[in-house]
Amino acid sequence: MAKDYEIVIGMEAHAQLLTKSKMFCGCSAAYAQAPPNSLVCPICLGLPGSLPVVNQKALQQTIMVGLALGCKIRIDPQQIKWDRKNYHYPDLPKGYQISQYDLPIAYGGEIKIALGGEERRIRIRRVHLEEDTAKLLHADRATLIDFNRSGVPLIEVVTEPDIRSPQEAKAYVEKLRQILRYLGVSSGNMEEGSLRLEANISLRPAGSAELGTRTEIKNLNSFRAVEKALAYEVERQRKILEAGGKIQQQTMGWDEAKGVTVLQRTKEYAQDYRYFPEPDLPPLLLNKEWVEEIKSHLPELPEALKRRFIKEYGLTAYDAEILTQEPEVAEAFEEYVAAYPQNPKAVGDRIARSIFPVLKESEDSLAEIKRRLPPWVLGGIIAAKEQGKVTTSTADELAARSARGEIAAADVKALEAVFAQYQRIGTSDSLLPVIEKVLAENPKPVADYLKGKDTVLRFFIGQVAKETKGQADPNLVKELLVRKLEDIRQGGTNQ
Amino acid sequence: MGIDRRQVEHIAELAKLELTPEEIEIFASQLSVILEHFRSLQEVDTGGIPPTAQVIPLRNVLRQDEVVPSLPTEDVLSNAPHKEKGYIKTPPLRE
Ligand SMILES: [Zn+2]
Repeated sequence: MAKDYEIVIGMEAHAQLLTKSKMFCGCSAAYAQAPPNSLVCPICLGLPGSLPVVNQKALQQTIMVGLALGCKIRIDPQQIKWDRKNYHYPDLPKGYQISQYDLPIAYGGEIKIALGGEERRIRIRRVHLEEDTAKLLHADRATLIDFNRSGVPLIEVVTEPDIRSPQEAKAYVEKLRQILRYLGVSSGNMEEGSLRLEANISLRPAGSAELGTRTEIKNLNSFRAVEKALAYEVERQRKILEAGGKIQQQTMGWDEAKGVTVLQRTKEYAQDYRYFPEPDLPPLLLNKEWVEEIKSHLPELPEALKRRFIKEYGLTAYDAEILTQEPEVAEAFEEYVAAYPQNPKAVGDRIARSIFPVLKESEDSLAEIKRRLPPWVLGGIIAAKEQGKVTTSTADELAARSARGEIAAADVKALEAVFAQYQRIGTSDSLLPVIEKVLAENPKPVADYLKGKDTVLRFFIGQVAKETKGQADPNLVKELLVRKLEDIRQGGTNQ
Repeated sequence: MGIDRRQVEHIAELAKLELTPEEIEIFASQLSVILEHFRSLQEVDTGGIPPTAQVIPLRNVLRQDEVVPSLPTEDVLSNAPHKEKGYIKTPPLRE
């Protein structure tokens, strides 16, 4: 008979940072397309006599992640130190990985996830910085080693065991990836291994405070794998427990093809890594002002952006959620809205109708699609449709074909006819007075910009779009705005 | 309290060293003596001294995120006894 069990899951994520060079040496971190062993030097090869030096950008990006996850950052007089994690495997040329053991850069944060209308908080235990390992290619009778990936900066984000279902685990990973992408610190590409996940999972009788014996699952390379592997492991453990058996503490791998977890090895104990302080790297004492400065420059994160979209554009929570899932889409939405501010909801719907399908069915980037279907064209299509000049199906057709880059000469003629009354304001002469007016009327956002808050640019672009009834070229508006604001910074006045 | 055979075998396994029974005996007694030396350090009163991981008086040594040229691949591979198409080759390692 089925007993009631509570599921207890903790997640460990590794994400490669988007730096130009590696973590401790100047080799390029762009290893994906490089010939094997072409981005390697004595430091990342661990040759005797070489000395690692910390990449400041990687440190900064880790602090950004810590701050975005609401963590405390270890600042002066607290020390951050580096440690050697010792193990023998050919993906580690030094015989140890430089990592952080007991004094990570950030600790004690949380991620909020929403599932079925309910908000859950997943506590973040720590965020630390380390180096990636070499790539191994397993052939039939040999293993081939490429050290290009060895030394690429890698952050590790560890949760407390707060996750209560495979669905929550998936939602957590989606949210973490979204935040990393908004921060611009990681591609979050799971297929390419830029974001890798491990889970530990145990069951305990409902109501019990004690933790059951856990297993660890590796090789979770997609959102789907996270959810499916955990669901599989829940059932596997439940069957063992219900039959009166005991869970073995061990490491499992997820076999995507077979849809099962398989035993990798029995658990090695933490002390087997024989962590000790890295003698080649002096400790870090982070300057409080530097951390404050990084904090003030954090980009707008998805939650805040979603709230702003709802408030500023009157979107529904659902539409705001869809439009903020990817940072590029949110940015495109605002560019498109700037070209047609009269009806942001219609712009959002049009993006969902005409651009999402192209993103899904092709490899084309959003930037490419935006070139083919620039904001003024999309705005024109919506305007023409709303004014009853074209039917919905014509609007669909025009937008879809533009987005796919299939507009032929005849169609361009049609577009011109459609937009005959939709004149763009595209010259600096006509725009400058408008921009000056908007800046003069909004001294507070101007002050914010001068303090380094770049996100207010979007506000100004929106204001200019309102003044010009959406007929200004947003790229030109942005360029002129920045120029004007920089003038003010240089000592000019806003009068 | 010294180090026994089982501990030596464990350490040897972690370090991927193959030891003969005679060597295990030798290392067990030698490591016990070394541990004894360190034990005498524990008698020092360190009550007022903060934990220290580094004795070199350097802090915050950072580098800018700039790419510098790497080694030529032939140099990278020059110490490898076996190589193939730019890779270093080892016996099969599949887990
Ligand atoms: Zn290197």
